[in-house]
Amino acid sequence: MLGYYLELAIRSLRRNVALTALMVTVVAFGIGASMTVLTTLRAMAVDPIPDKSAQLFVPQIDAWGPPTRPGATTAGYKLQDQISYRDAMALMKAHRAVRQSAMYGVALDVVGPDGVPFAVGGRAAYADFFRMFEVPFRQGGPWTASDDQGAANVAVLSAKLANRLFPHDDPVGKTISLSDHDYRVVGVLDAWNPVPRYYDLTQGQRNGGLADAEDVFVPFSVAIVRQMQISGTIMCNARLGAGWEGQLASECIWLQFWAELPSAAAARDYKAFLYNYAAQQRQLGRFHWPPWVELRDVHQWMALEISVPDTLRVSSAVAFGFLFVCLTNAAGLMLARFSGRAGELGVRRAMGASRWDVGLQCLVETAVVGLPGGLLGVGLTIAGLASQRALHMVPGSTAAVSRATSLDGSMILITVGLAVCATVCSALYPVWRASRVQPAWQLKTQ
Amino acid sequence: MEILPILSALRRNKVGALLIGLQIALTLAIVCNCLSVIEQYRERMARPSGMDESNILSVNNTWVGQPEDLKSRTQADIAALRSMPGVLDAEATSGFPLGGSAFVLGISVKPDQKQPTASTAEYLVDEHGLAVYGVKLVAGRWFSAGEVKDLRMGDDESAPSVVLTRNLARTLFPAGDALGQVVYINESPPIRVVGIVERAQSPWASFTQSGTSPENSIFLPHQFIGGYASYLVRTRPGDLASVLAAVRDRLYAVTRRRIITSVTPYPEIRARAYQSQRSLSILLGGLCALLLTVTACGIVGLVLYWVAQRRRQIGMRRALGARRVDIVRYFQLENLLIAGTGAVLGIAIGLAGNTWLATTLILSRMSVGYIVVGAIIVLALSQVAVLWPALRAAAIPPAAAIRDL
Repeated sequence: MLGYYLELAIRSLRRNVALTALMVTVVAFGIGASMTVLTTLRAMAVDPIPDKSAQLFVPQIDAWGPPTRPGATTAGYKLQDQISYRDAMALMKAHRAVRQSAMYGVALDVVGPDGVPFAVGGRAAYADFFRMFEVPFRQGGPWTASDDQGAANVAVLSAKLANRLFPHDDPVGKTISLSDHDYRVVGVLDAWNPVPRYYDLTQGQRNGGLADAEDVFVPFSVAIVRQMQISGTIMCNARLGAGWEGQLASECIWLQFWAELPSAAAARDYKAFLYNYAAQQRQLGRFHWPPWVELRDVHQWMALEISVPDTLRVSSAVAFGFLFVCLTNAAGLMLARFSGRAGELGVRRAMGASRWDVGLQCLVETAVVGLPGGLLGVGLTIAGLASQRALHMVPGSTAAVSRATSLDGSMILITVGLAVCATVCSALYPVWRASRVQPAWQLKTQ
Repeated sequence: MEILPILSALRRNKVGALLIGLQIALTLAIVCNCLSVIEQYRERMARPSGMDESNILSVNNTWVGQPEDLKSRTQADIAALRSMPGVLDAEATSGFPLGGSAFVLGISVKPDQKQPTASTAEYLVDEHGLAVYGVKLVAGRWFSAGEVKDLRMGDDESAPSVVLTRNLARTLFPAGDALGQVVYINESPPIRVVGIVERAQSPWASFTQSGTSPENSIFLPHQFIGGYASYLVRTRPGDLASVLAAVRDRLYAVTRRRIITSVTPYPEIRARAYQSQRSLSILLGGLCALLLTVTACGIVGLVLYWVAQRRRQIGMRRALGARRVDIVRYFQLENLLIAGTGAVLGIAIGLAGNTWLATTLILSRMSVGYIVVGAIIVLALSQVAVLWPALRAAAIPPAAAIRDL
């Protein structure tokens, strides 16, 4: 029966090509506009590490306390999103998680094979970083815990940097010069660029986390010894003391910290440990306020830290308004089409078709409009994403943005599905009206 | 006279009319909001930065390794830049209008103030600053070489003297007597106001609304010495392109052990600062055009069907003596009724949406002008859209009334 309806639908749509084309185009434009923004929004909320996102946690400790300035309100009082060197070292020393790492972004330079120095983004972290975040290695592996302790001059390179520095031979074991100091390469990563770059969202906050992973990784202890400058955000609640020592001793927050806790029980224990740590700091006279600590997993952290750019929020609202107008439009056209065919439907009813049969026939007809609308919508979404890139609507690194704003198979299916669903939904009332056609009346006017 | 029959006809076509009205409402709500955003952005982008924009370029430089002798390196670079043909002046800066980054600090007029009077951007400059930025001094004087001292990361920013923008001077001293007064920065010793410049926008002025603080900037006589250096170069009029082409080689001639991350002419810096706003304007403008097209097409489609549906009635009216123009007028009036009702609803939705939009994009509320312009656009469009179906209706011969019977 459905096959017959399909045939009827196609025949009826072909009878008025202009109107059918108009409906298909209207649906396609609405779908194209909304899927363009939906694709971009999805990229900012996608789970970057699905199998471990519930086991990786960011500990937050209130090291600044409520605002003390007279007249200041507690409205903006929230936990800091990074931690100070003092607290990071205390957590590393306690070693209460299965894996843990304090880390920060560093700006380095390296001399290329042509002798010309260039800047590279680096990250100072502990050896646990690589296993914790399931970073894939092409050659070699992470450095060891003893390298961390001994501040060994070792480095791990991204595939991109390794290919640039050593185009022909195996980089592992070779020496590179980073900001005028020699480091031995112990490992080379495979392609790895999580979008969003969840492990450090500080630079990505304003651009929805669409920053690139770094190109070189060095032990945290080495970065501290070498006084590597922060490439990221440092925030202070008091005047910064002089020099590097001043920064390390200060309450300024500039480090990210992650802990791997494989079970809910482990997470509970860790939070209790954090609470006790804050309580102990209060006893020692460092904190003058009740302990306040939180433990956020990857999802919670992203929800907290990633804010969709304002311009994108506005264009999303406009795009969905546009979709709504398009669907209202399609509904109107559908209503006109079915009421114009009341006679034909009346004949079918008179010959024994039930209301359901007529309704189903009309629904099939709308779905037939929705399908090409969706397919054309895929094309328009691709065009929309391209123009979004051309206009730099989504700030962030080129690689991350183009990955975030490309249409994969599942999104294509969603697009077509959404088009069919939306068209059918918008046609529900017209279809209902068509199914209530009075056969006798229609036959009389024939 | 024709309103009553139109209303009774509409009563039989409630849903169709509702759908058109709803489309008109949403279209109007979106279009007037978009127009308001686009126009406010256009005004924002037209504000001058206060600098000699067409003759300035910026160079970002970092050193290989972590050299100790930053001061002498910076001095050597500056000397090299100043010696270039076509260069009027140059210096190392901590930031500049629309540059994106700079130090921000609170400035007070009393030493023991708990809350600073204003928050301001801070530009660290030497005695060449006035010539390099190309800002216009309207009162007092610029810094002398003797006032300039070195400033390293974490050093105390206090200085003997400061130059304010006119805007900030008015905020701090509403009486207009800023020159010669003292101000305080983060509990610093008193700093004397020695000069006032006409205008110098803050580095983040592109995100800031007019009337708040996009022109809150101060100049302090400091030579900033940090791991990275940003040089500002002002060329002679017409020499920007030649200096732009030669500046990398000139700096490499001083030393190769450096990374020049960017050399950017000021117009490009301005374009970049306003990039997201320009992009959003283009996007919203495009969406509005599409939206209007879609709405117009919808009206044409639906009214064509109404015409077909009422073929017999129209023929009857014609047979009873109605002229063609009466038929056209009927459909136009009907459309005006629907679109007018839709527009009233659209204004309500538009105003509600504008509350959210204005807070999200930090803009002022939509003015009545945009509502009026939007309503005129939408109503005119729907009248144009209905014209073709109405003319087709008018072409129906009176005989149609009898033929179908």
